[in-house]
Amino acid sequence: MEILLQQIINGLVQGSVYALVALGYTMVYGILGLINFAHGEVVMVGAMLALSALTALLGWGVPPLLALPISLILAMLGCMVLGYGIERIAYRPLRHAPRLAPLITAIGVSIVLQNLAMMVWGRQYHAFPQLIANQPHLIGGAIINDIQIIIFIMALAIMAGLMVVVHRTRLGRAMRAVAENQHAAQLMGVDINRVISITFMLGSALAAVAGLMVSANYGLAHYYMGFLLGLKAFTAAVLGGIGNLRGAMLGGLLLGLIESLGAGYIGDMTGGFLGSHYQDVFAFFVLIAVLVFRPSGLLGERIAERA
Amino acid sequence: MNNIAALPLLQLSSIGKQFGGLSALSDVSLHIRRGEIYGLIGPNGAGKTTLFNVITGLYQANAGEFQFNGHSYKACKPHVLAQAGIARTFQNIRLFANLTALENVMIGRHLRTRAGVFGALLHNLATRNEERAIAKRAGELLHYVGIEKPGQTLAKHLSYGEQRRLEIARALATDPLLLALDEPAAGMNATETESLKALLQMIRASGITVLLIEHDVKLIMGLCDRVAVLDYGKKIAEGIPEEVRLNPGVIAAYLGGGDE
Repeated sequence: MEILLQQIINGLVQGSVYALVALGYTMVYGILGLINFAHGEVVMVGAMLALSALTALLGWGVPPLLALPISLILAMLGCMVLGYGIERIAYRPLRHAPRLAPLITAIGVSIVLQNLAMMVWGRQYHAFPQLIANQPHLIGGAIINDIQIIIFIMALAIMAGLMVVVHRTRLGRAMRAVAENQHAAQLMGVDINRVISITFMLGSALAAVAGLMVSANYGLAHYYMGFLLGLKAFTAAVLGGIGNLRGAMLGGLLLGLIESLGAGYIGDMTGGFLGSHYQDVFAFFVLIAVLVFRPSGLLGERIAERA
Repeated sequence: MNNIAALPLLQLSSIGKQFGGLSALSDVSLHIRRGEIYGLIGPNGAGKTTLFNVITGLYQANAGEFQFNGHSYKACKPHVLAQAGIARTFQNIRLFANLTALENVMIGRHLRTRAGVFGALLHNLATRNEERAIAKRAGELLHYVGIEKPGQTLAKHLSYGEQRRLEIARALATDPLLLALDEPAAGMNATETESLKALLQMIRASGITVLLIEHDVKLIMGLCDRVAVLDYGKKIAEGIPEEVRLNPGVIAAYLGGGDE
């Protein structure tokens, strides 16, 4: 019972990070119909930037509780610039090209970013400094620590904020209008290039937050960390119904739970033949299952909520 | 700048548009005066919608230029022309089907409002006040065009006639100087057409110039101050409806098919 609860807690925390990243995939897909496969690398760059900023700030003697939000904001700003640049340089010239062209470009951007990050930050793992006491708390026999609580609450708050922006503001309305019909939105005076740029920047800011969360949770950052994380978040977006914001959140949390429970019980299920290091198999098993049985995803039957 | 008011609102000079080898518009010149209802008629494929697409910036003309409200435009993005005061509706309705009726109209207010990214993120007082004002104005416009269903109805759940009216309300929300309507009466029955006519007269009376593409000759003749006729991308006649109706070239090209 304690194990079940523990896996659920771990799954929800990990899932809330997937959800943040999945939102970036799904927002871009909703507006452009493009899978931005470079999004995982944006998460990685966010983590690296945050880590570099943290190290520098702590080195200058800035107190940890101040250094953390500052480096988060710096990472978000850096990633927003990066997201803007990726769209401007790699995708905008291909806006009217066949669908395969921007997709291949996205993979190219991803490779470029990985290698640039390797040149800047090196191939080694970077340890995330211990900033707060990170008290473990006991709930019904399961352990949840401070960082996990902060990650989960922050992720939920950010998602709620995003829903307000998309559904209650002028900007969000413009985003939804562009997603539905670019021509008509333009004729209503919406500058679609601006809306698309802002969408990339919003998604990239979320990616930066997720990057910091992942590296804080695992205590590590690495130039290659964006690849697998990006694929899993993409899976989460597909699971929820790509293009659908609520779907991305639901898909992220579900995928986190599936992975965590799968990893926790795979040993028992296979009599010890397979261990928890098979964790990553579950995400892609889910991806295949969704594509076979419900390609539109859980909430994807309406193209309605495309942001 | 006093003379701007005396100039035609829209002046097309030798507009030409080619698609590959096909000439959709050639050497089309015309002017629309402030406050008039100007009709554009012609057989299918005559280039009427192409002309609309040129003046709203969806297509770039290959030749010629046009002046709107005293400024010259040659190659412009649609949102710039919307900002300048040209609004349009489409022949086949292009609403944001999954937004509510109210939201569709509120989108039209987009370029007349300020709140940027930070306003949206912070959701501060100024943003909230602006949102409330936009929603109020949008509600008024829904009422103005005669949509009595609640504003929270999704656009796709409105009747066909209401969707056409919603498109007009959305266009009006941009505070246009020129309202360009592409076959607004298409698919309407006689009663609906009659109330559309009343709506267009009311819009003109409020000071907005109207450019109208329409196949319903009765509507055109009863509503327009002046009419131009396009055929194979060329303007073959222009004048008050009575003149145009008696023009032999027009009768041959358009009315001569025996169905009118």
